[in-house]
Amino acid sequence: MSFINYSSREINCKIVYYGPGLCGKTTNLQFIYKKTKPEQKGKLISLATETERTLFFDFLPLALGDIRGFKVRFHLYTVPGQVFYAASRKLILKGVDGVIFVADSQIERMDANIESLEDLRINLAEQGYAVEKLPYAVQYNKRDLPSVAPLEEMNKILNVNGVQWFEAVAPTGVGVFETLKSVAKQVLLELKKHY
Amino acid sequence: MAGSDLVMYENEFQKIDEELQKLHQQANANVVFLVDKNGQLIASAGDTHNIDTTSLASLTAGNIAATGGIARLLGEKEFTILFHEGEKDNIHISLIGQRVILVVIFDQRSSLGLVRLRVKKTADVLTRLFEDITSKAEKEKLEGKTTESPFAEISDEDIDNLFK
Repeated sequence: MSFINYSSREINCKIVYYGPGLCGKTTNLQFIYKKTKPEQKGKLISLATETERTLFFDFLPLALGDIRGFKVRFHLYTVPGQVFYAASRKLILKGVDGVIFVADSQIERMDANIESLEDLRINLAEQGYAVEKLPYAVQYNKRDLPSVAPLEEMNKILNVNGVQWFEAVAPTGVGVFETLKSVAKQVLLELKKHY
Repeated sequence: MAGSDLVMYENEFQKIDEELQKLHQQANANVVFLVDKNGQLIASAGDTHNIDTTSLASLTAGNIAATGGIARLLGEKEFTILFHEGEKDNIHISLIGQRVILVVIFDQRSSLGLVRLRVKKTADVLTRLFEDITSKAEKEKLEGKTTESPFAEISDEDIDNLFK
């Protein structure tokens, strides 16, 4: 649910990074934070445990620039990936405009990816959304690790609808902005359809 | 897409702004904020220079969402008021019309009683204002009003420019 303010000429959109625990959602945000100019970003807020596992969410506001005289702001959120934080994940999806599903490419994490994707579907459906209708992209993260699943197989299992997908190595930034741009673009084009 | 986007025009924004200014004054508050339930800041009044308003908005919404989750687990519909007491500053958070969150930050120059009283009055006015905004948006949608849309013209190039 975007917030369009004609008075201050701003558009605010919410993009959520979803995926299994330790797949690199927070790392995506950290890289974006690192590479964005100071005037374009707010604070990166992490509600994390002492061992740096996301407890509730990470939040990064980005103001990348103007479109047609409107300041475009993206609010990026991550969900806590660990299975038992299900209730928190639901809350963060509220009012979402676009979703990035970050998958862990390691073969041994494939089950976790599938479980998380299913969880995403259920949580979105509870709020009347469907992955198929939402601005959405898939990111295959950790492509630099030795035991990764082939892309073809990952696409077959995690991307049955054939949405845009990206290979990524989040700590070094490979694929990070490409994924964000893909979903941001879809979100803005969605606005175009409605207004 | 489920739910409706929140679209606010100059006229409505001014009315909301006036209400917040009034509350800020009457409750003797340091700062007053209005935040969308999804964590987006709508308007504020008072001295916001030293406050990271964007982060505050997002965390407040997270707070309300988490409390709402607890409420439902207990069989309550919602806890509509949250109050946090600090050494110097206190924060009073209330959910208005199931849609927006009113945040009042105040210190010893005011009191919880005064803030609660004033917030209640402001909440009534804001509830009506947001009902108007929603019904106006629905009406426009029904009539298919798309004039003066700044978004109809968005091009791929515009979007690419954001990511340069």
